[in-house]
Amino acid sequence: MARYHVTTTINGDEVDFLCESDQTLLSALRDELVMTGTKEGCGTGDCGACSVTVDGRLMCSCLVLAVEVEGKRVETIEGMADGEELHPLQRKFLEHAALQCGICTPGLLIASRSLLERNPDPTETEIRYWLAGNLCRCTGYHKIVEAVADAAREMREV
Amino acid sequence: MLAGGTDLLIQMRGDIVEPSVLVDIKNIAEMREIAEENGRFRLGAAVTGMEIMEHEAFNAAWPGIVDGAKLIGSIQIRGRATLGGNLCNASPAADSVPALIAAGALASVIGPDGRRAAPVEDIATGPGQTSLETGEIVVSFDLPERPPRSGDAYLRFTPRTEMDIAVVGVGVNLALDDSGVCSAARVSLGAVAERPLLVDEAAAALVGTRVDDAALAELSKAASAACRPIDDKRGTREFRIEVAGVLAERAARIALERAGRT
Ligand SMILES: Cc1cc2nc3c(=O)[nH]c(=O)nc-3n(C[C@H](O)[C@H](O)[C@H](O)COP(=O)(O)OP(=O)(O)OC[C@H]3O[C@@H](n4cnc5c(N)ncnc54)[C@H](O)[C@@H]3O)c2cc1C
Ligand code: FES
Ligand code: FES
Repeated sequence: MARYHVTTTINGDEVDFLCESDQTLLSALRDELVMTGTKEGCGTGDCGACSVTVDGRLMCSCLVLAVEVEGKRVETIEGMADGEELHPLQRKFLEHAALQCGICTPGLLIASRSLLERNPDPTETEIRYWLAGNLCRCTGYHKIVEAVADAAREMREV
Repeated sequence: MLAGGTDLLIQMRGDIVEPSVLVDIKNIAEMREIAEENGRFRLGAAVTGMEIMEHEAFNAAWPGIVDGAKLIGSIQIRGRATLGGNLCNASPAADSVPALIAAGALASVIGPDGRRAAPVEDIATGPGQTSLETGEIVVSFDLPERPPRSGDAYLRFTPRTEMDIAVVGVGVNLALDDSGVCSAARVSLGAVAERPLLVDEAAAALVGTRVDDAALAELSKAASAACRPIDDKRGTREFRIEVAGVLAERAARIALERAGRT
C-alpha cells in the first residue's frame, strides 16, 4: 500500500508524517511520531487507554485512521502539562493515588479533561458514566473519581 | 465504506474484511447534518451518536432514537459511531435500529442507479448482511412528521449498564388522539432474530386502546411471540423471549408518558 503524507496539528503544533493507508492514529502517534504517551490496551475500542481528542471530540485513537486527521486538531497527553507545571487533573491524580501501574492514566486524564470542558461541576454519577469507556485494572476506580471531582472543584475556584 | 470505523476498523484488524479500497463517506454534507423541514427531520447517516445527543430539537421530537444512540458504546465510541454504520454493519443487536424502525424512518439510499427510499426494516437481512447493492450507501434517514401527543422509547437488556451488547432491545413509537386513544403504533425488536424486526401484531395490540394494563399485556404477549432468538451464554432462548415481552411493556409506558397524556 502507498504511504500517505498527512499534515495535522498536534497539541497546537503543526506536524506532518508519513503513514500507511490502513494505519491507525494510535500507531502513527506511537510509531511514526514517537509520542508514546498515548497507550495501547486492547486495540478494539474497549479500554480507552488510547483516548485522544480530534477537533475537540473524545475518541479512541485505535479506531481512527491516521489519514483521517489531515487538517484536524489532535490533542494528546503530551500537551496536557504546561512545561514543568502539571495540569490540575494530573496533580490530583497523584495526590489521590489514582494510579498504580499507570497504563490507563493518559487515557483517563484526556477523557476527564474532556468531561470538565463540557461540565465543570459533574456529579459522581456523571463522572462514572463519562469514564465508563476507560478501564483500569488496578485502582478500583474510586480514587480516580475522587481525583476528578477534586480537580473540578479546584478548577472552578480559579 | 468508512463512516466512524468503530466496527470496520476492528474487522480490518481481525482480517475479517480486507478492503482493497476504502472510501471515507463522512465528508458528504447531507450525511453530516440533522435538518428539519416542515416538521420533518432528515438525519444524516454519518451524524455521530454524540452529535445526536447534543441536538435539542431532535431530542424533543425523537427521544426514543436518542435512547438508542446513547447506548452505543462509551463516550469515545459515540464520538465516532454513526447510525448509518450501526444499520449497515447489520448486527442483529444494533441499538439504534429498532428505534429507527419504530419511528418509521425511511433510509435514503444512493447508488450507481440513483436515489431510492427503503424502510429501515428492509436494510438488514441477516448478521452482517444487507439488501444494499454494490456501490449503494445510506445517505440519510427521513423521519415522518411528528403529530401532537406522540412519543417513542427504546430499552435494552444487558448484564452491564454501559458498554455491552443488547440481549434484547425494544423500540416503541405511538400516537394518541384527542381522547387519549392510541391512533397509531409501531413496535420493533432487536437481538431476538437474525435481524431487527418490525412486529405488526405487537403494534396492533395497542391501536384503538387507551394503552391500559390489558393492552400492555397483549403487547407483551405479541412481542414474545415474535421472537426467534439464539440461545447463548449471554441469554437463553426462553430468557430472551420473556424479556422481550417485559421490555416491550416498559418501553410502551415510557413512550406513553412522553406522548404527554396525564
Ligand atoms: C467498544 C465498542 C462498544 C460498542 N457498543 C455498541 C453498543 O452498545 N450498541 C451498538 O449497537 N453498537 C455498539 N458498537 C458497535 C458500533 O460502534 C456501532 O455499530 C456503530 O454505530 C457503527 O458505526 P460506524 O460509523 O463506526 O460504522 P463503520 O465501522 O464505519 O461501518 C460499519 C459498516 O457499515 C458500513 N457503512 C457505514 N456507513 C454506511 C452508510 N452510510 N451506507 C452504507 N454502508 C455503510 C461500513 O462499510 C461497514 O461495513 C460498539 C463498538 C465498540 C468498538
Ligand atoms: S487501545 Fe484503543 S480502546 Fe483500547
Ligand atoms: S493504574 Fe493500572 S490499569 Fe489503571
